[in-house]
Amino acid sequence: MNRPSLEKRETFAAWSFCALPLSFLLLFLVTPFIIAFVISFTDQRLITNPNLPTQFIAFRNFLRLFNSPSFHQALLNTFIFAVFVVPLQTFLALVLAVLVNQKLRFINLFRTIYFSPVVTTMVVVSIIWYFFYNPGEGLINHMISFISFGKLGPYSWLKDTTLALPSIMILSIWQGVGFQMVIYLAGLQGIPNELYEAGRVDGANTWQQFWQITIPQLRNTTIFVIISTTILAFKLFTQVWVMTMGGPQGATKTIILLLYEEGFKMLRVGYASAIGVLFFLIVLAVSLIQRIYLKEERAVT
Amino acid sequence: MFVSSIKNNETQIIRDMSSISAFIPYGELGLKNYFDVFKQMPFGRFMFNSVFIVGSTVLTGLILNSMIAYALARLRFRGRGFILSFIIALIIIPTEAVVIPLLLMVNRIGWLDSYQVQIVPFIVDAFSIFLFYQFFVGLPKSLDEAAKIDGASPFQVYWKIIVPLSKPVFATVATLQFLFRWGDFLWPLMVTRGYEYRPLPVAIQQFFSQDPKVWGDIFAFASMVTIPSLIIFLLFQKWFIHSVASSGIKG
Repeated sequence: MNRPSLEKRETFAAWSFCALPLSFLLLFLVTPFIIAFVISFTDQRLITNPNLPTQFIAFRNFLRLFNSPSFHQALLNTFIFAVFVVPLQTFLALVLAVLVNQKLRFINLFRTIYFSPVVTTMVVVSIIWYFFYNPGEGLINHMISFISFGKLGPYSWLKDTTLALPSIMILSIWQGVGFQMVIYLAGLQGIPNELYEAGRVDGANTWQQFWQITIPQLRNTTIFVIISTTILAFKLFTQVWVMTMGGPQGATKTIILLLYEEGFKMLRVGYASAIGVLFFLIVLAVSLIQRIYLKEERAVT
Repeated sequence: MFVSSIKNNETQIIRDMSSISAFIPYGELGLKNYFDVFKQMPFGRFMFNSVFIVGSTVLTGLILNSMIAYALARLRFRGRGFILSFIIALIIIPTEAVVIPLLLMVNRIGWLDSYQVQIVPFIVDAFSIFLFYQFFVGLPKSLDEAAKIDGASPFQVYWKIIVPLSKPVFATVATLQFLFRWGDFLWPLMVTRGYEYRPLPVAIQQFFSQDPKVWGDIFAFASMVTIPSLIIFLLFQKWFIHSVASSGIKG
């Protein structure tokens, strides 16, 4: 057994391990990604008409998008959704994680309860909340009128242009917060106890310990939570599809909903691909900006 | 939801909707709503579809994703660095951005309305590869060296040494993938036309969107969609929590 043949054998083995997964990635992710870029510059339709060959139309799809009121609306709704949901969900996840991190009886039960919405399929969650939001008779209206002694309500949550998007925000946070809570829990349990002991010796109270020790130590966790929640928020589709179909009057139309409608219902594949390309660029830009602003501190180990 | 699903009287469900009694099982209880669901549609078929699609995607994915991750983490070869950077770069591409061209492609090869169209494109997942890679890199190098001196081939090292030592990461990737795939909605909505290959999320959404809404039946359906994943969650709770936690730990 001489050296080069061993190395050759290892290289051959490595490539045979990589071949199949790589070809899957190239076929089902890279290829459609490239096609998306290519056909976003054409007027391709899902069912091609032999009399109307697909043509290269340069930036016309993008220009039409930038001038389209429904795209503006979808973009604005998606951004508003993200701007509210990301900070709220991150903050709530941290609060819940700190609460659940106590050593109390039944704490595991609470963990399970907070996490159970995460394993409930989003479609089912949307249906249950639709029932809660029922205009007039629904549980949420009833609770509000009970608390406000009948002064407020009843609201028709999902039929009201100003309330529909916030309604969807609430159930999205409710469904997703358990996931982030668990990530924070892992972060909390990774903080060395000596830090808190040192803090106590220096006379820091619980509140100061939280601000001076816990928050800075959770920096990397927070960055991960913020970036992943943002990407998820931009993908908003299922809840809207089940509850409002983008209505009332487009108040809950999102980028992905528009992409679905254009590509799948209107069969304007080129135009829908342009939305897909823009969606990718938005996600990429937001992630990069967040990465630059929230520089990770490399843990010194 | 579970409580409402066993109330036989539809008007009572609507009446209870506005108060705390929605959470209290009383009145005429029974499984009538469940029988209704089975009568109205092939529920068993939807359940089988979902289990089969998610099961095949996750299991095949475990093998393929861990194999490439093993090669990248434990073998020395030319092009390794490039492939690794390439895969990490792919994590950022959301499925939603490529869903339209992917639809064109599967339409071209006649895959619409089938099992494979819901399985094959999602078997290999860049993020899963990344999780495997991180775990494999952390295993001590001496393991491979010793086996190599004994004349084991790279595949034997993977199968006999790495896999048995990596149960935690396999469980992690399996639970995370199960969670994501079980809730998939956009893609199956696009590629399934009839009952035959339709998975649960799409089936329940279609049922829910029919008017008039029979809430008892809807809740019975929703309960049956939720119970399997809830059971799996309660059985593997430790892994679920662990998997989510470790997805947040980055090198």
